[in-house]
This record gives sequence, structure tokens and C-alpha cells, in this order.
Amino acid sequence: MSLLAKMIRTGRVTETPDPSTDAQVLPAAEPFRRSIQVREVDAGSCNGCELEIASAFGPVYDAERYGVRLVASPRHADVLCVTGPVTHNMATPLVKTYEATPAPKLVVAVGDCARNCGVFAGGYGVAGAVSDFVPVDLEIPGCPPSPDDLLRGFRRLTGR
Amino acid sequence: MNTTRALVPILQLLLVFVGGPLIVGVIRKVRARLEGRVGAPIHQPLRDLRKLFAKERIAPEHASWVFVIAPAVLMTSAAVTAVLVPMVSTVSPFAQVSDLVTITALLLLGTVALALGALDPGTAFGGMGASREMTIAALTEPTLLLSVAAISILTGTTNLPGAINEIIDRPGSVSSIGYVLALVALGIATLAESTRLPVDNPNTHLELTMVHEAMVLEYAGPDLALVETGSSMRLVIFLGLLANLLVPWGIATGSGVAELAVGTLTFGLKIGVLAVALSVFEVFTAKVRLFRVPELLALSLVLSFLGVITSVVHP
Amino acid sequence: MSFAEVSATAAMVVGAVAIIAAFSIGDARRRALVTGVLTALCGFSGLLAASGVLATGRPVHAEFPHLLPFAGLSFRLDPLGAVFVLAVGGVVTAAAVYGIGYTRDHLSGRSFQALVPAFALTLLLVPAASSMGTFLVFWELMALTSLLLVLAEQRRSPEARDAAMWYGVMTHLGFIALLLMFSLLAAHSGNGSFLAIERSSSSMDPALRSLVFILAVVGFGSKAGMVPLHAWLPRAHPEAPSHVSALMSGVMVKLGVYGIVRVGFGLLGGGPSWWWVVLLVLGAASALFGILQAIASSDLKRMLAYSTTENIGLILIGVGAAGLFTTTGHPILAAAALGAVLLHVINHAAFKALLFLAAGSVVHGAGERNLDRLGGLMRRMPVTGAMFALGAVAIAALPPLNGFASEWLLLQSLIHGADSQALVVAIAVPLAIAVVALTAGLTAATFVKATGTGFLALPRSPAAEAATESPRSMLVGMGFLASVCVLLGVGVGVLGAGIGRAVAAVGGVRKPAPFRVHGSTLSPPWQVVGTSMALAAALVLGVGVIMVLLRFLPSGGRRRRADNWGCGRTQQTARMEYTASSFAEPLVRVFDDVLHPDLDIDVTHRQESQYYVEKIRLRLGIKDAFEERLYRPVLNGIHAWGIWARRLQNGSVHRYLGYAFAALIILLVATR
Repeated sequence: MSLLAKMIRTGRVTETPDPSTDAQVLPAAEPFRRSIQVREVDAGSCNGCELEIASAFGPVYDAERYGVRLVASPRHADVLCVTGPVTHNMATPLVKTYEATPAPKLVVAVGDCARNCGVFAGGYGVAGAVSDFVPVDLEIPGCPPSPDDLLRGFRRLTGR
Repeated sequence: MNTTRALVPILQLLLVFVGGPLIVGVIRKVRARLEGRVGAPIHQPLRDLRKLFAKERIAPEHASWVFVIAPAVLMTSAAVTAVLVPMVSTVSPFAQVSDLVTITALLLLGTVALALGALDPGTAFGGMGASREMTIAALTEPTLLLSVAAISILTGTTNLPGAINEIIDRPGSVSSIGYVLALVALGIATLAESTRLPVDNPNTHLELTMVHEAMVLEYAGPDLALVETGSSMRLVIFLGLLANLLVPWGIATGSGVAELAVGTLTFGLKIGVLAVALSVFEVFTAKVRLFRVPELLALSLVLSFLGVITSVVHP
Repeated sequence: MSFAEVSATAAMVVGAVAIIAAFSIGDARRRALVTGVLTALCGFSGLLAASGVLATGRPVHAEFPHLLPFAGLSFRLDPLGAVFVLAVGGVVTAAAVYGIGYTRDHLSGRSFQALVPAFALTLLLVPAASSMGTFLVFWELMALTSLLLVLAEQRRSPEARDAAMWYGVMTHLGFIALLLMFSLLAAHSGNGSFLAIERSSSSMDPALRSLVFILAVVGFGSKAGMVPLHAWLPRAHPEAPSHVSALMSGVMVKLGVYGIVRVGFGLLGGGPSWWWVVLLVLGAASALFGILQAIASSDLKRMLAYSTTENIGLILIGVGAAGLFTTTGHPILAAAALGAVLLHVINHAAFKALLFLAAGSVVHGAGERNLDRLGGLMRRMPVTGAMFALGAVAIAALPPLNGFASEWLLLQSLIHGADSQALVVAIAVPLAIAVVALTAGLTAATFVKATGTGFLALPRSPAAEAATESPRSMLVGMGFLASVCVLLGVGVGVLGAGIGRAVAAVGGVRKPAPFRVHGSTLSPPWQVVGTSMALAAALVLGVGVIMVLLRFLPSGGRRRRADNWGCGRTQQTARMEYTASSFAEPLVRVFDDVLHPDLDIDVTHRQESQYYVEKIRLRLGIKDAFEERLYRPVLNGIHAWGIWARRLQNGSVHRYLGYAFAALIILLVATR
């Protein structure tokens, strides 16, 4: 019962979004009609972006209220959120994940590493940025991007 | 009125078809609120389905026709069960055929179809999900049928509309501890068959913890929509069955339009309440380790067996 | 002569011609073809004869007083026997057609080809026998012909010899029990004919009746593959050629059930409740043990053989329930239970024979019997795969096929019968329901395993990869049984009236009154026809409609063929798939107290360091618990007794003469 009491005491912790985060819907996201399933792919990141993504789907930021949901299999997904520079070992798996996703599909490059290898540019294990392997439709800059930035990006996909 | 009688199956099918995703939405919403979040709107699963029908269909290279046909068989078995189980009315053209044993067999057909569809691509996850799902299904069968036996002993018939009519007319016939035991056992079996906690976590992303989800990892687009809808329809059917066996008042026993409307509303209310209760229960429960699930199912078997014995000895 | 009589005579004549043809035709292929066709015609005539008897309810008689010394042969095919002859006829037809393609390469020798129609004839004649001598003669002929058929492939596999020895010994031990039983019955009635025995058995001493019943259960039960006398079944059925396995598993074991029903209900006219409780317990044990062994088995044919034990267990549960309901005063429920038993006899014959024929086709096409080395056959052997899948759905008692109808009826009779004043019924019947339900679930799991690992996904061995479809005659044989399964599933009402007459013909279970009892809604099987047809139509229609509707989607219904999703791994190989053993592992773990799996793990470390592993070898074996706990001590005891008894043989002729003299004196005194 202490858990129930804690739930009642805590109540709702989700923050209402800043109106400036309202943004235009991406044209490529029109077919999805406000329902986005996301499969997160770590192509070699330091996990900083993963922590921010986890936080974005947590109680405080709650990306689910905009119609975005995390799924386990790329076959169920519409959007691939790729983090990190693409390392040599993850190059083929990333491409395979992209191929496994049914069309129409989008790729979101999360964080500076995904956009242009960030601080790891030129490293011996790095094969390139995400756009060198799969076509990228949306970029969310930051190192790591704050959950607000992530929400802004997701809201461009769902339009809510 | 013969037209309203003919309307009942169509109405029930539509209700379950639309209600399935809605109930899933309700469960997610309640869970979100208890977690301190806002959560997606209740009709979000319907949006998800609409989008899925517009996506590409993919079939694995090595799969045969079994993979292609499995979602359709699952959906059809759920649809036929939805028509048979009395949810808004006990008066239906198929009332004679609506039998608890038949319904158990139809649900098993859906499970078998999905398991075969999971084995076809040849992935390790599919095999794992199929193996676990068949283990759970095999161990749930005796509970289901013994609960059916207990209910039919107390109401005098295995025919579902007949049993529900009997409970409405003579509530005293089921005010027995045996009935309570049978329904508790049926509740545990419901959790197992519809793959909810504590047997299986429908929200897990870790393949090693999956049972149902592991079977559907290969399905995409419209096939996935069929599988998801079929599974949520099965959940609604189980909840409807439990609701109507526990609190049948409100269900239409004649064929007037007003009665049907009342029946629809009360059905919606009953499964809504049960869905909220299920969601709250899930928040407070952890998933049981896979090799402890047979112990849980054995408990439900013992309860249903006791239910039968007490129904016979103390009607 | 009536239609039934004409067909029966035709069956005998054509069967005899088939045997002669097998011996006289020189060319091997032509021999296989002609014998196969003739045997199929013989079986089909038997089927027609049985349907004639079932349709009219009038038995067919035949007497041959001089064919056998002392008593002659006498036959009387009544509706009860006709149900079994119907099953026999159907399976013989399919198996014979199948055998044309199956045997033309390596089993086309004269003696083998002649034995199959001989076996078929004995199977047709046993249910028609109406005197002790006739029954025992044809029972023994049936055992001998099948024994020789089991030995047919002994040069290829030494296990066949072992299997034949077990089979021979056990069937003859059963024969001794039957001989004793019939002697007791005939001695009391003074005449070996069944009619005379039936009339006089009511005046038998109750202890003697119980002894007769026990002997019947032992003798017929061992033929039926009932636990604990089942040990021959999982050895003999896999080793026989597949169409013979189909005959043995599909119909020969049913004749054991026929014997129990005939003796228990017909000749003895019913008995005290403990008889039926014994049958219930043995049936429940067979059902559970059989299906657990089946799920643990990776050998396709052995799994099917154990599944036969399970279905026989279900049938015996039905027989026990029927007897129990008769003794406690519920004749309608007893009739329903017996009707379920007879329906299941026919249904099981159909789908088990289909499964064995499909398994034989797999062995023929892929050369492999182990499920852990099969796979991918659905695309390489599409017809066989579809037939097996159909048989699997039927045996798992799923709508809309035939297994569902008989299981439904059995469960209905048990559920309605659970509510009873008699304590023994109130305890035994719910337990029976639990056992039936558990075996239904486990059967579904077993056959998902068999179909899934054997036919779907990728082939696990080069043999499976090179598999080819079987010759057309084999496919036709399977197709005949598959269509029977579908027909009996959709239109079970076709059999309804016939089974009603068969139940009425069984003495001791009174003529069934209309099933609709006030307040209850148990429908007789032939009114389930509305249910099954509607259900079948709904299911098929539903699937068809959905598949058509999917074509109207934006994607146009076309599917992109893609690689599996394997978390990004580079390549899908057969090693990544689940095998049959791994599929069954959770269930084996749950039931490990019954199965006692033997797990052997052997780890080889690298030479350089104990911390690196070079190879791990795992061996999982499951032995038959009854053989370990029951047979082994008994056999050891007999062996020890034999060694002790050798003391009597010391080589002295004087002592031997002394034994003979003493035996003579004792006999003279005893029979004074």
C-alpha cells in the first residue's frame, strides 16, 4: 500500500511543453498520421544520447502523449533513431536494420555524433556518419540533445 | 424481431474489433497515470492500426504459406469467438452453437496458428516464443475446461447464453464457493492466455523475457495489424466472458432495440472496469520467472478442480 | 443378398485374389501396382459393407461350419463391429494405394506384397467374428502377419528385429490372457459362440466375471497399447514400413478397444463400478504418459506411436466413463460417452494413418526420421507438408476438422456427468476432465513442434535440403485420408445415425433415448452437424475474406521477400533455429518427475588452459519410465528364476523320467 500512497502523493510530474517547441510537421511524416513507432539503434555511441532518449520517454517529458512509442523490432517500427557515429562493426547491422524496416520509413540522426561523428571524428573505429550509410530525414543536434530537443524533433514527426 | 437478432453478431463483432484496441489504450492510459505521466490518448492504438495498414508487407525469405496465413487464421478465430460469446445479448442466431468447449478450442486454434507462424521464419526468437507460448497454452487448458465444468454443473448447461440466462434468472444457483473458485481460476487463465503480467510482459523490449511478443517480431504492416487486433480481440473476449459470468445483469435477453442499446452500454462499462482493474493489477505485479509460471498455472488448476468438487458436493 | 452382404463377399474375394496375385506376378513394379489396387478395392468393399450395416442396422451373417475343426467359423457383423470395419476399410484403402509408390523400389518382394492383403483381411474379419474359435484364429493371424511385416526391413535396421521380438512376445502373452478369458466364458456357456456367451454370462459368478474382465483388459489392453503394457508399441510401429505402421496404429490397436467394449458391455453385459474406474485410471495414465513421451521424443515416427498410446488412453477414458455412467444410472450420458468413443475410433484412424503416411513420405523423400535433422520440407515437399499440417490440426482437436467433434462429445459427456450423487463419479470424472484437457493442450504443443521443426524454416541437414516430393500414388493415398478428415470434420452428421445404431447394439448400454433432457442442452452427435458446418464455413470464409481484402491495401498485397530480422546478424543459418528438443525443453522440465530426463554434459578444455573451452557435448535422453521401473525388475526376476530353475536340469535321465511320472500321477488324480 505504500506504493499506492506514493503514487497518490506524487501525482502527475509531466511538464507541459514550452509553446516554442511547436514546430512544422515534416512532409515525409505525413503518411504516418500521428502514429509513430520508434526503434532506437545505437551505432556506436557513448550512451549519453540513450540516457536522454530514455528520459524523453520517462514521466517528466513523456513523449508517449504525442503518439510516439518505442518498439523492439524494426519490422514494427516507422522511425529509426540512430545515435552515435557509425563504427565499423555496426555498419552492416545498421544497414540491415534499415532494410528490415517496412516502407514508408524515416531515419532520425540523434546527437552530433550521428550527424558528423562529433568528438569521435577520425577515430580508428569510426566508419562515418549515419548519412553515409542510410538516408537521414531529420537531425537533432546536441551533445547530448536535451529531452526538450528530442521532443521537438518527435513532435515534428507526429504533428502534435 | 428477427432483424435485431441477426444484428447481434455483427454488432458484437464490430464492438470487439474496435473495442480491442480501445481497451489496450485504456490499459496503457491507466498505467501512464499511475506512473505519473499523461500517456497517449485512449484511441491511439486505433491510429496505430490505421497506419499499419498503409505500410509495406514483408515476408522472410525462407518462410512458406504458413507464415502468410497465420495472422488471418488468428484474426478469424478471434472473430468467430467474438460472434459466439454472448456479450451484448444472449439472443443470437448462433446461440445454440455457442458452447464453452467450442470457444476454448477456437482460442487454442488461434494460439497454434500464431505459434506455427512464429516457427516459419526460422529465427531463434520465433522458436523461443512459440515454445513458451505452447507450454503455457498446454498448461492452461485443464484450468479452462475444469472451470467450464464447474460453471456448467452449477448452471446446468455448457451452452453459454443458456448459462448466463440461468444466472440472471436464478442468481442463487451460482452463489456457491465453487463458482468463486472457478472464476478465480478462470481469471488466472485469462492472464496467461492473453499474455499479461504476471505471466508475460507485453511492453518488454528484451527478447529473452518475451513470450507473445517474440512470436510477432517478424510481422510487419498489415500482417502485424491483424496479429495485434486479433490479440486485443482475444483479450476483450476473455474480459467479456469473465464480466458476463460474474455480473451478467444488463445483457440483453430479448431482442428489442432498447435492450440491445442497454446491453452494449453495460458491456462497455463492464470491460472498461475490468480493464482498469487489470491495469492497476499489472502496475503492482512483477513478471514471474518463466519456470515458475507452471507453478502459478498449477495453482489455478487446483483452484478450478476444487471449484468442480465443491459445485458437485454443495450445489 | 443385401448391399452389405455383396460388399462383404466382394471384399473377401478381392482380398484372396490380391494374395494370389502377389505370389504369381513376376515383374516387381507390376506386382506392387496390382496388389496395391486389389488390396485397396478389398478395403473399400469392406468400408461399403460396414456402411451398409450401419445404415440399415441389420447385421450380416456367415457360417462356415467345416472350415475349422470342432466349431467351424462363424461371422456376424453387427453395427458395433461395423464401426471398426469402417475404420479398417478406409485406412486399408488409403494405405494400399500409398503402398504402390512406397514399396515399388525396395519392398516389392512376393512375400511382403502378399502379407499386406493378408493383414488387411484379418483386420476386416476380427470385428466380424462371432465365436471364440473364429475370433482367436483371426486374432492370431493378425498378430502373425503384422509381426512378419514389422520384420520386413530387418536387413536395413537391426532395431526392427528387437522391435519384432518385443512385439511377438507381448502379443502372445496377451493371446494367452485372451485364450484363458474365452475359455472361461465358453466353459460357462457350453458353447463358443458369442450369442450363447452373451445369454449365459449373466448367470456367472461375480468373482469369475471380474476375472474375465481383468483378463480381457490385460489381453486387449496390451494390443491396444495401454499403459503399462505398451512397451511394444513405440518399438514396433516406427520400425514397420510406413503404410503398415498406419494400419497398425490406425486400426489394429483399435481392435483392442473393440475387444474391451465387446467383452465388457456385450458379452458380460456390464459390471460393477470398480471395473470402469480401473479402465478410467489406466486410460488416464496411458493418455498422460503417452503424450509426455511424445512431446519429449525427437524421432518423428516414435512420437506418432506414443501419440497413439495417448489417444487410446482417451478412448479408454470414454469407455470407462460410459461404463461408470451405466452403473450409476445415467444411460443417456453413457450412450453419449460410448458414441464419443466410437467417433474417436474412426477419427483417430483417419488422422493417425494420415500422419504416419506423411511421416513415411518424409522418410522416403528426405531419408531422415529425426526431427532435429529435418526442416524446410514445406517448400520442398509441399503436398506432404500440407497433409501433415492437416493431420496435425486434426489430432490437436482444433475446429473445423474431425478431431474436434469427437473430443467435444467426450468432454460434453464427461462435463455433464460430473454432477452426480455417486461419490466415485464425483471424484473420478473431474479428474478425467482434467486429464483429457491436459492431453489436448499437450497434443497441440507436440504437433506444433512436429510441424514447426520438421517442415518449416530452414533444413537442418543435407538430407533434408535434398528432399524431393513423393510419387503420386503416395500423395493420392494421403489425399484420400485428408479428405476424410475434412469431411468428418465438416459433416460429422453423416456418421451420426450409424453411431447411434452401433451404441444401441452394444448390450448393457440401453438404447439411447433422445438426448435432449429437460434443462440440459447436450446435443446428440448428429445434431452437431449444424455446429461443425457453420463453424467450418465461418473459419474458411473468414480466412479467405481476409486474404482477399489484404489485396486492396495500398501495398497491393504484394510482399517483399527479405532476410529475417536477427538483430543485425549477418546471415541466417539452420543452426540458429529452434530444434525439436529445444522446443520441448520447457515442458520436459515441467514434467521431469514423470520423464526423468538423462542430461549428460561433456566439456573438453583446450590444451593450453583450463579456462578455455574447446568443445561442449550435450546428450539428452529420455527413457520410458515404465520400462525402467516395471519391466526391468520383472525381466530381471524372470531371468533370476530361470537361473534358479536350471537346478532342476542336472542332466540325469532318471530325474527327468521321475518328473514325467510325477506329472502323470498328478494329472490322473486331478482329472479323476
